[in-house]
Amino acid sequence: MLQVRIHGRGGQGVVTAAEMLSVAAFEQGRHAQAFPSFGSERTGAPVVAFCRIDDREIRLREPIVAPDVLIVQDPTLLHQVDVFQGLRPDGYVLINSKRSFDELGLGDIAQRFRRDRLITVPATEIALKHLGRPLPNAVLLGGFAALSGLITLDAVAHAIRDKFAGRVAENNVAAATEAFDYVKRCLQGLAHAQTD
Amino acid sequence: MNAPIKFYQTGTFTVGNRLLAPEQRSVQASPERSNSLNSGHRACQGCGEALGARYAIDAAMRATGNRLIACNATGCLEVFSTPYPETSWQLPWIHSLFGNAAAVGTGIAAALKVKGREQVRVIAQGGDGGTTDIGLGCLSGMFERNDDVLYICYDNEAYMNTGVQRSSATPPAARTATTMAVGPRPGASFGQGKNLPLIAMAHRIPYVATATVADLHDLEAKVEKAMGLRGARYLHVLVPCPLGWGSASHDTIRLARLARETGIFPVFEAVHGEVTAVTRIRRRVPVMEYLKPQRRFAHLFGSPGHPEMLAMIQAEADRNIRRFRLLEASEA
Amino acid sequence: MLKQIEGSHAVAEAVALCRPEVICAYPISPQTHIVEGLGELVKSGALSPCEFINVESEFAAMSVAIGASAAGARAYTATASQGLLFMAEAVYNASGLGLPVVMTVANRAIGAPINIWNDHSDSMSQRDSGWLQLFAESNQEALDLHIQAFKLGEELSMPVMVCMDGFILTHAYERVDVPAQAEVDAFLPPYEPRQLLDPAEPVSIGAMVGPEAFMEVRYLAHAKQTMALERIPQIAAEFAQRFGRASGGLVRAYRCEDAETIVVALGSVLGTLKDTVDEMRTAGVSIGVLGIQSFRPFPLAAVRAALQGARRVVVLEKSFSVGLGGVVSTDVRLALSGLTLHGYTVIAGLGGRAITKASLARMLAEAVADTLQPLTFMDLDWRIVGRQLEREAATRRSGPIAENLLRDVGAVASKVR
Repeated sequence: MLQVRIHGRGGQGVVTAAEMLSVAAFEQGRHAQAFPSFGSERTGAPVVAFCRIDDREIRLREPIVAPDVLIVQDPTLLHQVDVFQGLRPDGYVLINSKRSFDELGLGDIAQRFRRDRLITVPATEIALKHLGRPLPNAVLLGGFAALSGLITLDAVAHAIRDKFAGRVAENNVAAATEAFDYVKRCLQGLAHAQTD
Repeated sequence: MNAPIKFYQTGTFTVGNRLLAPEQRSVQASPERSNSLNSGHRACQGCGEALGARYAIDAAMRATGNRLIACNATGCLEVFSTPYPETSWQLPWIHSLFGNAAAVGTGIAAALKVKGREQVRVIAQGGDGGTTDIGLGCLSGMFERNDDVLYICYDNEAYMNTGVQRSSATPPAARTATTMAVGPRPGASFGQGKNLPLIAMAHRIPYVATATVADLHDLEAKVEKAMGLRGARYLHVLVPCPLGWGSASHDTIRLARLARETGIFPVFEAVHGEVTAVTRIRRRVPVMEYLKPQRRFAHLFGSPGHPEMLAMIQAEADRNIRRFRLLEASEA
Repeated sequence: MLKQIEGSHAVAEAVALCRPEVICAYPISPQTHIVEGLGELVKSGALSPCEFINVESEFAAMSVAIGASAAGARAYTATASQGLLFMAEAVYNASGLGLPVVMTVANRAIGAPINIWNDHSDSMSQRDSGWLQLFAESNQEALDLHIQAFKLGEELSMPVMVCMDGFILTHAYERVDVPAQAEVDAFLPPYEPRQLLDPAEPVSIGAMVGPEAFMEVRYLAHAKQTMALERIPQIAAEFAQRFGRASGGLVRAYRCEDAETIVVALGSVLGTLKDTVDEMRTAGVSIGVLGIQSFRPFPLAAVRAALQGARRVVVLEKSFSVGLGGVVSTDVRLALSGLTLHGYTVIAGLGGRAITKASLARMLAEAVADTLQPLTFMDLDWRIVGRQLEREAATRRSGPIAENLLRDVGAVASKVR
């Protein structure tokens, strides 16, 4: 079972991100369960959403305390909430930021995990470019698809079109695709750096 | 349904109408009337509500060709009309709860609509307690949605069935079990109370009217007019209660007429929130004549009595007369 | 058709498939998405003919349903928590009059203190009302139970509550199989009322009944629920035959055949329990899970049959009878009268506190070792309870309880003086 935890602030589409991820997994023929953390929601407050993906029926219903994947939609949370709590040693981390892990002050934390599974993506900037709004949720899913290979970009696009309509959907797909390509390039760069 | 209809002498001339053309006679004058509230119910002698309900529902049955369903709030009417295992109702009738008659009416109307049977109409009815107090939320909701229901309030100005407790329809100075005639300010307080017809008008529903059991033709005409319209409609009928008002059982209709003639109870119609017609006072009468026959106002009289409260009641009646233009200009 | 949708929308689609004729509901978290979904279906014309009424309170919602049902329409509403209490008078009225309204209760805690999260206190508060109460373990079951509920309620002429955990199920996206309209039509015939407000045949409904007949009228409601004990498994079997999956029924046992310890529960926590029990079984513990799907009528015989071979029974419930202890466990105990076994009541998850596999495993290990208290409050923070009790003992003007506890928990900023 794959357990994904998404952190963000109210109004950034964190819950929608988890839902879209579950729809993408469904599209690939897998079972998926997505739900929010049910905290008191208000714009700007820290929000957490969860998504479980498996090949059999998912019966477990508890908050994800030991995620395999961490997606952080808002970097201002990094020093406010312990987003890394419970993350598995071989877990994936995707953070919405144009700065690197070190520049974010996460160099020490990054040491505990696999370097090729940690990435930052300038999702807000990509979103502004394609959507005109700083909504990074769909963008980050595109990035996650590239980072892990556990979800295909096609499935992400399908989920986006399932949630949104018309131009909004297409713009989100374009943004997600740009993030996908960006992450792919980063990973190639990382791989080259490691082999140098 | 085949039992002969008994015509009781009521001390008025409203039932016979022998000099009128047949089509001008009241529904009550006809042996063909549906007699929706059959005799044998357990109302008190002289009950204004039993009279009002029979008048109103029979008129509605004629207006709709007997295609009518009624829902009733808990209260005197519901209790005395359905003493287990009997019922006096000769039309489909449901009693649910105290405060939900309007909502139940909404539900019935919705069911009829969805089933394509909108030619069957709905009346929701209740006393003042179930209408102005506990039922106001549901009533306002029904008005606001403009549901196709005629709501009739039989106003005897207190919670009569439970022992004459005060409601928001109880007039100032009236004695009830919870506004006793003791202390420096006996009876119900001045400055309280709700005017349901005005509240109904504020919702701008298609039709609002007031009526009393003293004027049968007027009441029947208003019911008929209401049943000719669609949407939320409200009829507020003053129904004296001999027991609760402390009046003689033969005075019911006379007191209802006096309520109109003093200006205490304005009789009018309103369409979409604007008054469109009023029944003028034929021979104006000071409020004392209306109040004196009712023991619930006895503490206002005698020595020293409460002349200041009498004056306040008269002032309110004067205000009604001015506001609703209840007198001809020459008499004002 | 398989879909990945929110639980609320799955329920909305299921209800729509049942061809409701009057829908009347008042919004309350966490039921809002169900009613919004249905409202959209009606407004767009997808669900037709259907009257969707925006009522002004939950009391009005149930009252409108009563009027609609009495006039022959298939009526549906939904609520939770405070809303269920607000309509309590009408809830009893609907069952007392024998009107087959179907209502979703998106289980939520009842205040004070105000709490929007899941537990079963709302449904439990109405367990004596005469309504049938069915509990869903998953969103698939929630969907399926609504279809079964209309059939069951209309056959018996009694109202039915379908209970599903608020947020945990209503707001979770899951895979569900939504049946086709033709399949549902074949399973659920049009509503044929037992009593009808009809000018062609006038009847009076809702008369006062005095001491001479009241007991008999109330007993008849019980008699119908007794009939339901037979009908519920039959309907579930018919459903399984037509739709190809097990949903509903009275109880569902999981790995109970040879179990020494059996955990009994209602609703979504059964999923987490099954995962926990699987791990314990792998570790060699003889343990199983019994889910109760029909809470009213309470299946005494079926529960007894499922549990009588066990040595110990743990009832895990999201409900609480203040001053006594468990609600479900009291009913379960009745089913076990005369049997000798260890019984444990575990109150958990009140007000939406998460029930984790880790906590369950810990608690069940204690149960298996018979070191568990007979009445346990799982994951209760005794420290802050103790502090509040000390506070109250020390001073009369001890302040609002909730604020004090929240401050201790760290959820409220320092006191403004």
